[in-house]
Amino acid sequence: MSGAVGLEHYLAVAAILFAVGIFGIFLNRKNVIIILMSIELMLLAVNINLVAFSAHLGDLVGQVFAMFVLTVAAAEAAVGLAILVVYFRNRGTIEVEDINLMKG
Amino acid sequence: MNYTLALPELFLAASGMAMLIYGAFRRGNPTREVGWGVIAVLVVALFITGSQTPGNGALFGGMFIVDGFAVFLKILILAASALAVLMSQSYIEREQMARYEFPLLLLFATLGMLMMVSANDLISLYIGLELQSLALYVVAAFRRDSARSTEAGLKYFVLGALSSGMLLYGSSLIYGFAGTTQFAGIAASLTAESASIGLLVGMVFLVAGLAFKISAVPFHMWTPDVYEGAPTPVTAFLAAAPKLAAIGLFARVLVGPFGDLVAEWRQIVLVISIASMVLGAYAAINQTNIKRLMAYSSIGSVGYALVGLAAGTEEGLRGMLVYMMIYIVINIGTFACILCMRVKGRMVEGIEDLAGLSRTQPLLAAALAVFMFSLAGIPPLAGFFGKLYVFLAAINAQLYVLAVIGVLASVVAAFYYVRIVKVMYFDEPGDAFDRPIGWEMAAIVGVTALAALLFFVLPEPFIGEAAAAAAALFAG
Repeated sequence: MSGAVGLEHYLAVAAILFAVGIFGIFLNRKNVIIILMSIELMLLAVNINLVAFSAHLGDLVGQVFAMFVLTVAAAEAAVGLAILVVYFRNRGTIEVEDINLMKG
Repeated sequence: MNYTLALPELFLAASGMAMLIYGAFRRGNPTREVGWGVIAVLVVALFITGSQTPGNGALFGGMFIVDGFAVFLKILILAASALAVLMSQSYIEREQMARYEFPLLLLFATLGMLMMVSANDLISLYIGLELQSLALYVVAAFRRDSARSTEAGLKYFVLGALSSGMLLYGSSLIYGFAGTTQFAGIAASLTAESASIGLLVGMVFLVAGLAFKISAVPFHMWTPDVYEGAPTPVTAFLAAAPKLAAIGLFARVLVGPFGDLVAEWRQIVLVISIASMVLGAYAAINQTNIKRLMAYSSIGSVGYALVGLAAGTEEGLRGMLVYMMIYIVINIGTFACILCMRVKGRMVEGIEDLAGLSRTQPLLAAALAVFMFSLAGIPPLAGFFGKLYVFLAAINAQLYVLAVIGVLASVVAAFYYVRIVKVMYFDEPGDAFDRPIGWEMAAIVGVTALAALLFFVLPEPFIGEAAAAAAALFAG
């Protein structure tokens, strides 16, 4: 490795981003928007993985997969924000600690 | 390429979009018409699927497969969805949530489930799963003026999106280390002796993502809250068809592309199966809300179904399919009974509200008692046979510890099922439930109760179908 950026580097970055996303979901106690951002981060980590593998393997399927992931992620964000809006109208707060009507 | 194999999905997609346009342009409230339209479309798709001769037909460049396993699951999914839409019809009108999108979202969720059980590629697996999940997140929060329903939708969304992320990360690793997304290609790229560590890690992520979708312990935390908060017909839908589709997909992924790694994935399935059975049995004991109790019951049920999968044999898979078939019949009947729990026009969900039901509504009480004994696995009711076949398969695969823990958990679980029967038959009656319950509910409760009661008279054709479906998956 004479300083060139190889597959391992991309995989490492993707793994770190993915871990940051997961920790963002579980450690964040502030508000739900941060959770949505963390989910987006996880999906982007997956895209880096897919595109890096695709380039490494010389196979286009990975990039096609990444396109699908991007599209579905957009739909997912739309649905998530819509649910968040109706939730906010009912409760007047989006703090994670307040999401506790049901327990047991 | 034989496009007629994909006819049920194409038909569902085209008529769903046509009804969406009809609903948007129609004056007035078209909910009831669209609802009946959705039921008709699901029934037609059911007959198209039933008339298919399942060869090993792969379509769309091998992304979509129609084999005996897929056809068997699709018939059950379509039937369960049609019944769930039928159950929701009068509920959504009574509870001021009659918008025509509701039955259509259930239709699109069903389309996603059909795609899931026919997936033969990581991309089509993901697209089918997301089509199903996105529709379900919305219906869970469909009662948008209710804090509990929107909270259920939010929790379902966040944890569902997390599980999709894990599933995708696993998929990307599998793609990278196998060099292909096709199930057949993945199976060819690995053998029991030489599986790269990347493929194993990818498989574990994929299994974790799918375990979320079937709500197996330790990925079950969303289930009780979502089941309790979501509107009752949505809970009835969630407990039946999506669970069946997800567990079918789980089996197809593990037996198909990862069939050679059975020694590795069996340990994972064993652990989540035992944990689900035990948690399902103990956590339900203290519940007072019947929807929440059914959520824990469904977690336990997934544990029993996974016993069959853990065996990793054709017999085990047959047991799993028989178990799931009986489980969805009983669950639909139970939720139809729960939908009849209405006092003076308001829905009630407490177990104590069932007190003395045997005196106020003897037939409903008798049906619910049949479902509860069946879930507890008392012979000769249907639920007993479901458990019998998975435990037999586990014993034949020498998984004695698993079978013993399963039987013990089922004894513990019997306590809370029988407690419901005790409340109905021996407690002093409180407020009587509203009557009439409606012909749809009476028909669904009656037919499912008779099916649970009389399954032992003629079990062979159903078990034969399940055996053929299991054989098709192992042959493919």
